[in-house]
Formats: sequence, structure tokens, C-alpha cells
Amino acid sequence: MKKEWPLWEVFVRSKNGLEHRHFGSLHAADAEMALENARDVYTRRNEGVSIWVVESKNITASNPEHNAELFEPAQDKVYRHPTFYDLPDEIKHM
Amino acid sequence: MSEAQIKSLEEEFEARIARDEKIEPKDWMPEKYRKTHIRQMSQHAHSEIVGMLPEGNWISRAPSLRRKVALLAKVQDEGGHGLYLYSATETLGITRDEMFQQLHSGKAKYSSIFNYPAVTWADIGAIGWLVDGAAIINQVALCGTSFGPYARAMVRICKEESFHQRQGYEITLKLAQGTPEQKAMAQDALNRWWWPSLMMFGPKDDESPNTAQSMKWKLKRKTNDELRQQFVDQTVPQAELIGLTIPDPELKWNEEKQGYDFGEIDWDEFWQVVKGHGPCNKERMKARVSAWENGEWVRDAAIVYAEKQQDKKLNKAV
Ligand SMILES: [Fe+2]
Ligand SMILES: [Fe+2]
Repeated sequence: MKKEWPLWEVFVRSKNGLEHRHFGSLHAADAEMALENARDVYTRRNEGVSIWVVESKNITASNPEHNAELFEPAQDKVYRHPTFYDLPDEIKHM
Repeated sequence: MSEAQIKSLEEEFEARIARDEKIEPKDWMPEKYRKTHIRQMSQHAHSEIVGMLPEGNWISRAPSLRRKVALLAKVQDEGGHGLYLYSATETLGITRDEMFQQLHSGKAKYSSIFNYPAVTWADIGAIGWLVDGAAIINQVALCGTSFGPYARAMVRICKEESFHQRQGYEITLKLAQGTPEQKAMAQDALNRWWWPSLMMFGPKDDESPNTAQSMKWKLKRKTNDELRQQFVDQTVPQAELIGLTIPDPELKWNEEKQGYDFGEIDWDEFWQVVKGHGPCNKERMKARVSAWENGEWVRDAAIVYAEKQQDKKLNKAV
């Protein structure tokens, strides 16, 4: 049998109050082993207090070739930013 | 895609790198960029993995518990470095098994330095001090490289490397301050590891045809000779401080260039080892391949177990 262990993406919360952040990936036969391996590979120096693993094939990623359609429309919507609005100088905290 | 379209994509691509933008795995990239990165990154990963062998050999014989836990942690780190780099390389579309296959068949290279034997405990000192020292110089330069996953792996690796070098220097220092026999052992290790460490920076600039391309893609920030000079300049005072002698009669401070002049590297030896005729090439590959083959039943059993667990869950759900 020649079957490669599936690939998992590893997300680590470095301390409470912070979000889980993508740290990298690894191979493991199942989720439990992926967690154990993630502990050894990515948190040897107290880098984390919580780990998520998800099998890479379950992630749907946007295609960079569609970046124009996806992200450029936001560029000309300056009215979504506070600086777009003209207020009198007397107004200090707004 | 027409040739003109590819050309304009390539120009845009080079311009992005010149602007210091990072390239991510799903971005369009020239085939040569992909191939060069797969080659360099997988070789880097292989070096970390094979690099565990000469040192792992000494874990059970470390002279004290303090030395043993440090060496164990260092070797485990090197395994981790290999894993970061393999997974970063996989983002370019090669599988882990393909990379292992290339290593085991001899198609892929790894750093030649690991084809030298670690014959005494002092070698563990010299490896940490010199080999990790040289690796750090190479790797720091790569933290700003253009391919995002490679750069991120390098940042993690560099953070972990500095303890490797310090524990090696500490071992060497203690031996140098020890009995005459211990000092001689430290000197002997330095004598054997000095020149191979200088070779770690690769061929001389005028014999390194890919340098210009690598500079453009930020796979290199400085040339091989510049990095080698940096290594010599930083290491010589470290040897002097602990009363050891660099095994190079031509080594001399050059006031004008504010750096050391040093003797010629034995390039014949360098190419011999690269081509597979170093003292331990065969032994290293044999150890590596047998670890892989002897572990096969474990990998297979784990997959079967995972599938069974999955089936059980599905059956319960029905
Ligand atoms: Fe390393
Ligand atoms: Fe290291």
C-alpha cells in the first residue's frame, strides 16, 4: 500500500485574547494525530495555548486571478472611510 | 497563452518582486521560478533531515544530562525545520513522497557538510558553533526572500537557530578550558570542520552562474564569497577568545579591507563530496532509507486505523 497521510493546516492561538493564526501544515493519518504532531512541530517553545487543525482539502481558497473582481470594487468606495467627510475644525473628537 | 502574454506576465512578476512584494503559492509564476524554488527548498529541507544523523549519533553518549537535553532539543529542532520546509515546498505542487523519493534515489542533493563524520564529542561542539553558525548566515539572508512560504519558514527557523550555535560554542569553550587532552580534542574538531564549513557557502562567485537570477528573486542577498567572508570575520575572534587556532596558515587580518584574508579552499574535495564520494554519503543515505522503509508498516497501519475509525463513525450515523 502506498498511501500518503493527508495534509492538514495548523492554526495556533498564541495567547488568550488573540485569534488563531495560520502557522503552517503537516501530514497526519487523522485529526488526533494532526493535533499531536502540531504540538511537536509548531509549539516547542510555548508558542501557543490552543491549536486548530483542518484537513487542507476542506479549505476553499479564492483565486488570485480573480483578485480584480473581488477586491478592486472596494478601492473606489472612499465614503466608507471617516476621512471622506468634511467637518468644521471646531469638532475635535469625532 | 501566447508568447507575448507570457512575456508581459513575466515582466509584471519581476516588477512585483523588485517592489518587495511577496509571491504566494496560488499566484501566477514563471515555470523556472517554481522549479528553482522546489529544488532549493526541498534541498534545504533534506539538509535539515539528514543533518540530524551525525548529531543524533551522539545523543546517547552525551557527557552529562545538561548536554543531553540540549542536544536532544537541537536535533528535534532540525527535524522541525525539515518539516516546515517540506510543507512550504508542497505549496508549489510537489508531494512529500515525491521529495523523499528524490532524496532517497540520489536525484536531490542535501548540504555536503553532513557527509563528514562526527567522530568525537568535540565534533558536536564544532558542528553547533561552525555548521549552525554558517547556516545562520545563509538563512538570515533568506528571511526576506520573495516566496512567502519560504520566507515565513526561514523566520521561524532563524529564531530557533541561535541556541544551536550557542550550545555548540559552549561545548567547545568548556573543552578548550579543560585538560590538555580535552583542549586537543577541541582543536582537532576545529581542524576537521573548518574547511568543510567554509565550503557550505558554495562555489566561488565566478563559478556560480545562477547568482544573478537568485539575486533577482531574492534567493540570495549577498554572493557566496561575501557570505563566506562574513563567516570568517565573525568566527576567527571567537576561536582566538578560547585559545584555539584556525587551521589556515594563510589567515591574516587585512587592515585595508577590514577583514581577514584566508587560504584557498580545496575545491576538488568540495566537488568530490557533492558528487557522492565524501566520507559518509553512503552511510547517511543508508540510514535515511532504512528509517523510511522500516517505518512503512507504521504509516500504513495508521492510515488503516484512521479509515476504520471513520467508517465506524459513519455506521453509527446511519
Ligand atoms: Fe536547522
Ligand atoms: Fe540548527
